[in-house]
Amino acid sequence: MLTVVLVLVPLFAIFAYLIYRGVGSINWAFLTQTPKPVGEAGGGMANAIVGSVFILALASVIGVPIGVGAGIYLAEYGRNRFGDAIRFTADVLNGVPSIVIGIVAYSIVVLYQKHFSALAGGVALAIMMIPTITRTTEEMLLLVPRALREAAYGLGIPRWRTTLSITLRTATSGVITGIMLAFARVAGETAPLLFTAFGNQFWNLRANQPTAALPLQIFNYAISPYDEWHRQAWAGALVLIVLIVTAVAAVRFAVRRGTFGAA
Amino acid sequence: MALPAQPRPDMPPPQPIESTNVSYSASAKRGPAHLFLKQGETGDQIFKIAMLLCGLAVLGTLVLIVYELVLRSGPSWHAFGFKFFAGRDWDPVNEQFGALPFIYGTLVSSLLALIIAVPLSIGVAVFTTEMCPKALRGPLSFFVELLAAIPSVVYGLWAIFVLVPILSNYVEPFLARTLGWTGFFDGPPYGISMLAAGIILAIMIVPIISSITREVLMVVPQHQREAALALGATRWEMIRLGVLRNARAGIMGGIILGLGRALGETMAVTMVIGNRPEIAKSLFAPGYTMASVLANEFSEATGDLNLAALIEIGLALFLVTIVVNALARLLVWSVTRGQPARASA
Repeated sequence: MLTVVLVLVPLFAIFAYLIYRGVGSINWAFLTQTPKPVGEAGGGMANAIVGSVFILALASVIGVPIGVGAGIYLAEYGRNRFGDAIRFTADVLNGVPSIVIGIVAYSIVVLYQKHFSALAGGVALAIMMIPTITRTTEEMLLLVPRALREAAYGLGIPRWRTTLSITLRTATSGVITGIMLAFARVAGETAPLLFTAFGNQFWNLRANQPTAALPLQIFNYAISPYDEWHRQAWAGALVLIVLIVTAVAAVRFAVRRGTFGAA
Repeated sequence: MALPAQPRPDMPPPQPIESTNVSYSASAKRGPAHLFLKQGETGDQIFKIAMLLCGLAVLGTLVLIVYELVLRSGPSWHAFGFKFFAGRDWDPVNEQFGALPFIYGTLVSSLLALIIAVPLSIGVAVFTTEMCPKALRGPLSFFVELLAAIPSVVYGLWAIFVLVPILSNYVEPFLARTLGWTGFFDGPPYGISMLAAGIILAIMIVPIISSITREVLMVVPQHQREAALALGATRWEMIRLGVLRNARAGIMGGIILGLGRALGETMAVTMVIGNRPEIAKSLFAPGYTMASVLANEFSEATGDLNLAALIEIGLALFLVTIVVNALARLLVWSVTRGQPARASA
């Protein structure tokens, strides 16, 4: 079928070109140095790589507990109108453009702090993670057989312990897959970071200061007129995709081994 | 399950769990399974409240988004009213703001993306569900979904350095020669254009539309296909009459979901559309979208009114995508589940 070929061609083109340009431009300096001023060759994106990891960690710390909690609420207590309202809200939130989320993070964090910060970026990404985590957690918990819960109740275990130690535990690998999906989705987000984390040419690991992030750096370098920066943008894109894929793969691998060990 | 054994109660009063209503058959035996300890009740209450707070946080986030956007766009609303959406001037220096060029750019680039993406996505979905050899099915849908995992800034990067040169060297001159008389393909072929934005958006929404279409097609009962074939339909007629017609509401939902994504997409579009707030008939001309004006100007807004005008654009974008997404969800739900959000336990 012609359509399949037409769709697969850009996909392969993007991947092949990304790897071709990325591998050609990546080197040790890129991974260990901060950006050099315009006109000087060399330099790297080490601060942006660390900054991205830092912002994503902040986002996960905020987003994962709320998302999983809301998922538990929906699965265990949410079979009513109110639950449907939350479900619908989560689906709606999932479709809100990321740039709009950026505006909101700007007005609730940046305007109060009076300057751009890693925290604001983390809040923006957390808001984007929550709906995905909530819905997948709910779906995964509902897959746990009812008999398992009843067996726990039958042993006289309180409901909250049943939920945490039996239901959630059984569904762990599914829930974590959902978290990784959300993580992979926000890891490459640029738009909500433009006016929250803002970017930085130097190292920063303080939550209340502007922080560099890999997608931001790629964007800034890509639209610049310098060949050297274009080269680094490609290297950055490759690093970003490799980071996302390895993070997802590593967690999946760990979870699979973990559950086999427990069973 | 290695759980610390709880002491059995002497006489546990049979208490049903507060109506959970997990759809567990009508008989709903309230047997010993539903006993639980008195001492667990405080814990249960605390736990339930904690989880409820998380659920409320989801609701609260949406309320907060609406509240902040409405509050902070206030100055612009007071200054321009409805004229804001009809004005064509965007002049931060003289504090004149009209959003029409951005609205136009968003609509045109998204529609262009749909025109390109819809036939392709339906083709991919039909191919993978109806005619693809089993061995190819898995890898194929995996690859298409891989497209969805690429960050939009990387799409933009690729578009700038690969797509735009191809457009300006080959595609746009060709279109200008053959279809130039329509006026849609007119002017200098710079590559950076509305057309480039539409194409990169199309590549980005194909995975969404095709994965939902695939889901919907899989729900179409097998009898439909067999009945159509038994009546002497050719394979193509079977797919068209027996499958696609049955699934059209769901497919429509997938298309609208793709539209929602295209409307809000920021980075890739910003990188190739040219960012000029003008309304031009030609698709070769640069344009500007609502999302990309936010990306470009928000952190450099010169005054309160400028900021408010930008936030009002954000509010408009938010409202449009919400309506579009809600519509899409309802359509998809109506096909795949029968009724909204009733996954059974």
